Parts: sequence; structure tokens; C-alpha cells
Amino acid sequence: MNILFYVASAVAIIATFLMLTRMNAVHALLYLIVSLLAVALVFYTLGAPFVAALEIIIYAGAIMVLFVFVVMMLNLGRAAEAQEREWQRPSLWVGPSVLAVVLIAEVIYVLTHADTRMFGAEVVGPHQVAQSLFGPYLIGVELASMLLLGGLVGAFHLGRRLEEKR
Amino acid sequence: MNLLWLIPAFPIAGFLFLALAGTRLSRRAVSIVGAGSVGLSALVSLWIAGQFFVSPPAGYAYTQTIWNWLDVGSLHLPIAFYLDPLSLIMTLVVTCVGFLIHVYSAGYMSEDEDISRFFAYMNLFVASMVTLLLASNLVLLLLGWEGVGLCSYLLIGFWYRDPANGYAGRKAFIVTRVGDTSMLIGLFLLYRHLGTLDIQTLMARAAHQWPVGSPLAVAAGLLLLGGAVGKSAQLPLQTWLPDAMAGPTPTSALIHAATMVTAGVYLIARMHVIYQLAPSAQFTVGVVGAATLTLAGFSALTQPDIKRALAYSTVSQIGYMFLALGVGAWSAAIFHFMTHAFFKALLFLGAGMIIESLHHEQNMFKMGGLRKELPVVFWTFLIAGCALAGVPLVTAGFYSKGLIVWQAEASSAGRWGFWLVAVFGVFLTSAYTFRIIFLTFFGEAKSHVHKRPGLAMTVPCIVLAVLSLVGGFVKTPEFLGNIHLFTDFLHHALPPVAVAHARAMSELASEGWVTLALIVGFAVAYFCYIERPEFTASLTRSALGNALHRFWKSDWGMDWLYDRLLVWPVMWFARVDAGDAVDSIYTGIARLCEWFYQGVRRTETGQIRWYAAAIAFGTLIFVAVVLFL
Amino acid sequence: MATVPMMHALLLAGILFALGLVGLLTRRNILFILMSLEVMLNAAGLAFVAAGARWGQADGQVVFIFILTMAAAEVAVGLALVLRMYHRTKTLDADRASEMKG
Repeated sequence: MNILFYVASAVAIIATFLMLTRMNAVHALLYLIVSLLAVALVFYTLGAPFVAALEIIIYAGAIMVLFVFVVMMLNLGRAAEAQEREWQRPSLWVGPSVLAVVLIAEVIYVLTHADTRMFGAEVVGPHQVAQSLFGPYLIGVELASMLLLGGLVGAFHLGRRLEEKR
Repeated sequence: MNLLWLIPAFPIAGFLFLALAGTRLSRRAVSIVGAGSVGLSALVSLWIAGQFFVSPPAGYAYTQTIWNWLDVGSLHLPIAFYLDPLSLIMTLVVTCVGFLIHVYSAGYMSEDEDISRFFAYMNLFVASMVTLLLASNLVLLLLGWEGVGLCSYLLIGFWYRDPANGYAGRKAFIVTRVGDTSMLIGLFLLYRHLGTLDIQTLMARAAHQWPVGSPLAVAAGLLLLGGAVGKSAQLPLQTWLPDAMAGPTPTSALIHAATMVTAGVYLIARMHVIYQLAPSAQFTVGVVGAATLTLAGFSALTQPDIKRALAYSTVSQIGYMFLALGVGAWSAAIFHFMTHAFFKALLFLGAGMIIESLHHEQNMFKMGGLRKELPVVFWTFLIAGCALAGVPLVTAGFYSKGLIVWQAEASSAGRWGFWLVAVFGVFLTSAYTFRIIFLTFFGEAKSHVHKRPGLAMTVPCIVLAVLSLVGGFVKTPEFLGNIHLFTDFLHHALPPVAVAHARAMSELASEGWVTLALIVGFAVAYFCYIERPEFTASLTRSALGNALHRFWKSDWGMDWLYDRLLVWPVMWFARVDAGDAVDSIYTGIARLCEWFYQGVRRTETGQIRWYAAAIAFGTLIFVAVVLFL
Repeated sequence: MATVPMMHALLLAGILFALGLVGLLTRRNILFILMSLEVMLNAAGLAFVAAGARWGQADGQVVFIFILTMAAAEVAVGLALVLRMYHRTKTLDADRASEMKG
């Protein structure tokens, strides 16, 4: 099982890196989906099967489909790819990469000075998650529902104005 | 009696209402609210006065505490109103005369576009004035004191589109500020040495702690006198009052004749214990009064502008009140305040009607012959003028002024010189009063009357005229019925005058001299302006006459002197010192802010990735600080 | 189930987060910025799940569900904004949307 975790991790990192360096939006999206699936596998190995399922259904499913739809509506062609290439000059990568490396260094520093114990091999299933969600976190669920409602209204509003303008 | 707080509350409410909603109301509604609030306040004060007479409170004093204002350490300042005969009479006069003038204003200002602003200021003024009078401690008194000063400033500059009016307002504000500073130092001194600012406690402690003639009492008395001199336009701070006539005429009547300018008299009467402990300070009060009443009398004689002439007359009459205070004739001063409020307000209201009916003409030499054109104005003005001059037996001014003149000598603190000056003042008063009347109402008409005052303006004048006639019958001399209702009532709050019977001249003799001086003054005015106007004209053309005329007309050159002595050096220094070190600190701060702003503005690129990078960088630093420190 | 040190799972979360950050800062295309944002959110969720697994508690997964909700709402509004922006400026360049600069 351990080997599964490391392989999935490697896939996630590589897929994310490839996503970042693509010039074509659809290619990048595909790599992003691969990365998300790999993270879902990581969740599974960590003993969180419910969240792993959610990762696939909602992230890799719903959200990414939304992205694909938008890319389709924008109807980006080869010109966009050329434009993208022009924007991404190599020198641009230096600053952010330095920031990221420093960040990783800090994370590693923290992790090496912290708890190094192994995970317990127990599974926390949907039952426990649901009891926690609708028990102590009930208010959070209500707030999340309001957030979703807000997102719904916002997206609807923005989209409708677009229709009218046409 | 417990309705006392309503007296200032009504005008305050009127002010707030007019200030917030005044522009949305019709002119009629504004007048009703403005005059109505003061009218209600006058009704309440009449009711309270009635109660006070019928069943006086214990010790003839009633205190009502509204609210705890300041409570710091040993300083305890409530917002409390103190009612005794002195403050009762002053409040009664202020609210009743104030109400009449408000009614008059409703007619006078009915055409003005800013009528709501006018009534808002007037209501605020009445509220501040009543607060000043009823205050139980000196800080609340100072609040009212500064409040009336503010309203005076606002109303002098009411027609602000003319820069000259704004200038006059600033002059009034700054000159009175000189006196106010002195008064404030006086308050510090009193608090420092007596440990309280409550007036009654203060009086008791002063009488207990300070011996007669103590230098502290003298200093306190002189410092408070400074404040009174500034507010009441006495020498040497009288220069602002004639210029204050730039305001609307009802303002001149209410603030600069009847009420506010007598605040100084009230202050000294209120603090009379201090002056009893400091005979030299009290003598100074008398000297200031005597000097002012003659100098202002001469100035009044030479003014061509009817309002300025009346303004100098006000200064002169307040000089009489100061003279009375200076000889310890406290109740005589308050008596003169009351009658003066009646007839001087009436004179200003009459002058306002004349000016308005003559297309805003204020020069008396361009008036004349108005007796037939404006009969109501003529008769009321004549009555007020007679009261001002002190025509014997029938007018209120005779009784109040006669009392002061007699006591200037007869009081134990009185002096021959004071009496002489006071009698000479009667002559001057009579001369300039009849000069105004002759120039305005007699002779041939020089201007056309284009409109006649309405009922709203004439009725208050008639009421005031009646008061100017009968207002004096509350205190008459011994040989004329010997009524002393007014003084008896006041003696519950102010000590009676100590008459030095051994050397004093009789009251009858004094009144005789006053009458003689009055007749001489009348004769001089008649001779100069009715019988032989050409003689007067040639007199003012001769070299000496012209010089004297100009000198008196310019208020004895006071403005010129202050310009050279104070204004010019300050202006010069300000010009020379425009860019000194202190200044560069402030410009430096401004520069620094601007420089910093330019720097910060650069970071506001509008590019979202910069913001994200900034957040990431900040997070890194933050995490690093948490980790490594 | 796997018995890896918690450190490794958190390290994975850190690396994914850093990669997302690099993408966020380097890409000018607003679509890519949104995708990078998704990566970062996902990484944060991973850290929570790992911590929850370390203690054998459900709380980490609950928080992940909240993050998921938030991400869904964010993407819905964000993509609507992208469409409007494209409609207005005919470009996906985030730097062009800089009218608020000081």
C-alpha cells in the first residue's frame, strides 16, 4: 500500500507540473484532471475513501467539466496558443520559482522538526464523516449552503447580464 | 418651578428644528417656529416668575440640576440652573423682549431668502443667553457666554456676501475674545485658590477666605472685569459694537442693545462679593463706566448713521450700568438694564422700520420729515427717545437713570466726580437723542417712503413703548411715591446700596440737576438742528470743529490706534515670518505624506498577479518570522 | 491501509501548493490562473485530510468538504467573470484588467 501512495504522489506532482507548462488550455485541463485523480488515490491510501470519491465526482467531474465548457465557449484556437507562448517568457518563471522553493524549504524545515509518527492503519468511513458533519459542524454546513446559494446567484447574475447585452 | 429647564430647551429645540429642516419649510412656518419657540420660553418664564412671587422658594433661590457634565477629580460640574431674583429678572426681560423682537423679525425678514438661517441663529442666541443667565457654575456660564458670542458673530455677518459684514463679524469676535481670555484666566485663578466653580459656593468661600482688599480678590475682580468689558463694549474694547451694526436690525436690537451686551453687567452683579472684597477693582469698574459713558456720548453726537449713533448710545448707557456697579448700586444697574432693554430695543426696531421704508437708507441727514409719513414709528420712537434721555415723571429711563446718578454720589463708595460725569452724561444723552429725533422726523422730507411697516412690526413696538413708559414705576424716588418693589425683590440676591447719609445730597436735588441737564441737552439739540442748522454746518466746517468732529466720529481714534499698535505689527511679523522653522515642520509632514503616498501608489498596479505575489511574499516572511524567531 | 509518515503526505501537499503558486504568478491567461488556484485549494484540502488521518478523526475530511464547496462556488463565479471579461476585452490577459491601478 505504501508504494501506492508514493506512486500516486509522483503522478500528482508530475501531472501538475505538466499542467503548468502547457500552452493549450485543453491539454492543461487534462493534466489537471490526472493530477486530481492521483490526489484522490492518495486520499484513498490515507484511509479516507469518502473524500476520495468526492474528489473524483466533484473536482475531477463537475468542476473540471465547468472549465471544459468555458474553454469551449471561448472557442480558443491556434492563435491563442501562439499568444500564450509569447506571454510565457522563460525569465518570468524565475521569481515565482524562487518564492516556491523558499516555501518548500520552509515546509520541509517544519516537517523535519515535527511529528514523524506513522499513520494508523484505520479507515475513517462515510458514516463517521456524516455524523461529524451533521453534528458539531452543522452551522458550517448551513454557512456552506449559503455560500453555494451566493455563488449560484452570482453566477446567474453575471451570466444573465451577458445575455442581455447580446 | 421645576419647569425651569424648559426656558432654554424651547429655543434649543427651535434652533435644531430650523437648522435641520428649515429650508424645507415655508417662510410662514419658519417664522411661526422661530418666534413660537421663544414665545413658549417667555410664557414659561412668566409662569415661573409668577410662582416665584407668590410662593418664593427657601432663601429666594432655586437650583435645578439637569445632568452631570464633568466629574474629574475634585472638579464637579453639573449642568444646573440657579434661579434667584437677579437671574429671574434678567431671564424674564431676555425672553419677553426676545419674543417681541422675534415677532418683529417675522415681519422684517419676511422677504429675506435666508429667513430660516436667521431664525435658527436667533433661537440659538436666546438659548445661549438664558443658559448664561441661569448657569449655576462659571463654566456653564462661560458656555452661554461663548454661545452668545458665536451667535453675535454669525448674525453680524449674516449677509455674508458683502465682505464688509464678514469683516465686522470677525472684528466683534476677535475683540471680545481679548476680554474672554482675561475672563478665562480669572476663572483659573478662582478655581486655583477657592477650589470650586459653583458660583454660590465660590462667593461663600471668597467671603470666608479673603480679607477685604486682598490682592487675589483684586486680581480676580480685574480679570473678570476684562471679560465684562469685552462683552459689554466698554472702554477700551468698545470698538466692535458700532461695526456690529452691519447685521440685520432685529439682531442689533436683540443682541447688540437689549441683551447680550449687558452680559458683562450681569457677570459683575453675579460676582458682586468679589468686588465687595476688592474696593479698588470696584472703583475701576466705576471709572471704566464713567469714562465710557462720556466718550461714547460724544461719539454718538457726531454719527451720521442712525444705527451707529444708537450703537454708541448703547455703549454709553451700559457705561451708566458699570458706573452703578462701580459704586455698589447693584440693583440700580439691573434696573437700568431692564428699562434700557425696553427702550433701546424699541429704538432699534424703530430705526429698522425707518431704514426699511427708505430703501435701506441709514444716513440721518438724508431722512427728515418722517413724522407725518410714519406716525406709529414716530410716536413709539419718540417715547423710546424720551425714555433714553430720561424725561421726568412719565418715562422709565428717568427712574432708572436718576437712581444711578443719585447713587453715584450718595453711595458710600460714591464720589463727586462720578456724579458730575453722570449728570454731564445726561446732557450728552439728551443732546444726541433729540438730534436723532429731529434729524429723522422733523424738517423737510428728503427721501420718499416706499413702504409702511406691517402689523407684525408695529405691534411689538407699541408693546415696548408701553413698557418704556410704565416700566419704571416699580422703583420710584422717595419724593415720588417711594415705591421700592423692584429693589426689595432684588435685595434677596444682591446687597442693598449703602447710602452715606452724612454727606449725601438729597435725591430731590440730584433729580433736579438731572432734569436741568436734560433740558439743556434738548435745547442744544433744538438750537443746532431745528433753529439754526446752518450754524451747525458752519461749526463742523471750521478747522477746530472739523477736527473734533472727525476725532469723535472715529470713536476718539481708537480704531486707528489699535491698527497701528496691534494689527500692523502682527501683520508685519506674519509677513516677515511666513517661512520659519515651525512652518517647515508642517510643510515637511505634508511632504513626507505625499512622498509616502507616491511610493505606495506605485504598488497599486491593478495587476492581480502582483497582488498575489505580494500576498505570497508576505506569507513567506510571516512564516519565517514564526519559525525562526 | 498505508503506513507512511505524516510528513510525506504534508510534503506532497506543500509541493502541490508551491506548484500552484508558481502557476498563479507566472501565467497571464486568466483560465490558467483559475486552474492554479484549484491546485492550491486542493493541496490545502490534502493537508487537512492527512492531518485528520493522522489522528483517525473525521474532522479533516469535514473541512475538506467545506473547501470543496467553496471551490465549487468560486469556480462558478470566477468562470462567469472570465466569460464577461472576455466578452468585454476580447482577451484573457489578466494584466489587461488593470483599470483599478493607482
